[in-house]
Amino acid sequence: MKTDELIESLVADEAAAPVRPGAALALSVLAGALIAAVLFFVAIRPRPDIADAAHHIRFLFKFVATASLATTALCLILPLAQPGATLHRAVLAVAPVLLGLACIAELLAVPSAEWGTRLVGTNARFCLTLIPLLSLGPLACFLWLMRWCAPTAPGFAGLAAGLAASGIGATFYAAHCTDDSPLFVTVWYSLATALVATAGFYLGRRYLRW
Amino acid sequence: MTHSEPEEQWAAWMRLALDGDGDAYRRVLAAITPYVRAQTRNRFKRLGIDRLGRDGVDPEDVVQEILLAVHLKRHTWDMERPIGPWLAAITRHKVIDTLRRRGYRSDVPIEDVANVLPVEAAEDGLDGRDLDRMLERLNDRQRDIVQSISMRGNSVRETAERLNMSDGAVRVALHRALKSLALLFRSDPA
Repeated sequence: MKTDELIESLVADEAAAPVRPGAALALSVLAGALIAAVLFFVAIRPRPDIADAAHHIRFLFKFVATASLATTALCLILPLAQPGATLHRAVLAVAPVLLGLACIAELLAVPSAEWGTRLVGTNARFCLTLIPLLSLGPLACFLWLMRWCAPTAPGFAGLAAGLAASGIGATFYAAHCTDDSPLFVTVWYSLATALVATAGFYLGRRYLRW
Repeated sequence: MTHSEPEEQWAAWMRLALDGDGDAYRRVLAAITPYVRAQTRNRFKRLGIDRLGRDGVDPEDVVQEILLAVHLKRHTWDMERPIGPWLAAITRHKVIDTLRRRGYRSDVPIEDVANVLPVEAAEDGLDGRDLDRMLERLNDRQRDIVQSISMRGNSVRETAERLNMSDGAVRVALHRALKSLALLFRSDPA
């Protein structure tokens, strides 16, 4: 078939995309957060002393860290999904830098004898299973969005989707988790995030080709 | 950053096209094709692959795959931004992908698409061979519709009347056929 002939078929196909990528992103964030919220409030639930915990800076900082991971990774989703868009990968450093600073503050504020217990915490296993579990819905939504678009770096696109998803998952989980030390968050939340991001990377390489 | 004149014209047509203007869409696709062709051939040449390729890779097949991708992913162009980098990224992605499938590694960058001498097709147009092979793998109805509109120059309406289908059904079948062709390109090993 000649190239000019192919163009005639393309022109005749008026099946235009009903939504723009920006709207699709908003929709996938909403859908992903909703799935995570339902799972959280039905099966996991906030910790019983949450009203009291909300007065403590360590508890509040967990949300700063997880929400900044979600926000910065979400900023990369569209640029990664649109060919030729400018990419500011450096924003991903925000959450790690915040965690690093919080760890330094914690090490200064707490006697060294307590460092170990704070780092190990009481429910690391829940952290490593529930964060990935809460991230599944958002991850599926972001991968779906990416697949509808055109990521030229499928692996990295999947990884960013994984980071954004675990940012959302961890934000919910933080309200359940009773380990509030930045030391705990830095080790275990990050490990859980790495699991989700790795899954996103491989799923991206496999399913985001176009 | 300044943008070349052709790019601004393409962007203007593409905006109209995304708004449903078929003539503008035909114009922009016809206008970008010689540039995409030049970019594709340049890269082939730099890798020492001849026009018709000892491996049977015809750059025109890649050009057609790129046009299909441009069509199916046109919603990913941000209308606020210049169209050149978007097109260049799709071209680069598809050329690299095609060559990788055939065992080449290629890291030569593709510059701004509009920054090359366009390669016009001869008067009777350039043929791709892969597409004909892939058309064979569509179902009869889809193949008939694509051939009717592409090669015999019929409209959707005329095709629908001949096949005793509604216009809408022809459009749906056409859209599915184009998506299948894009998938076949991608999964084609040789």
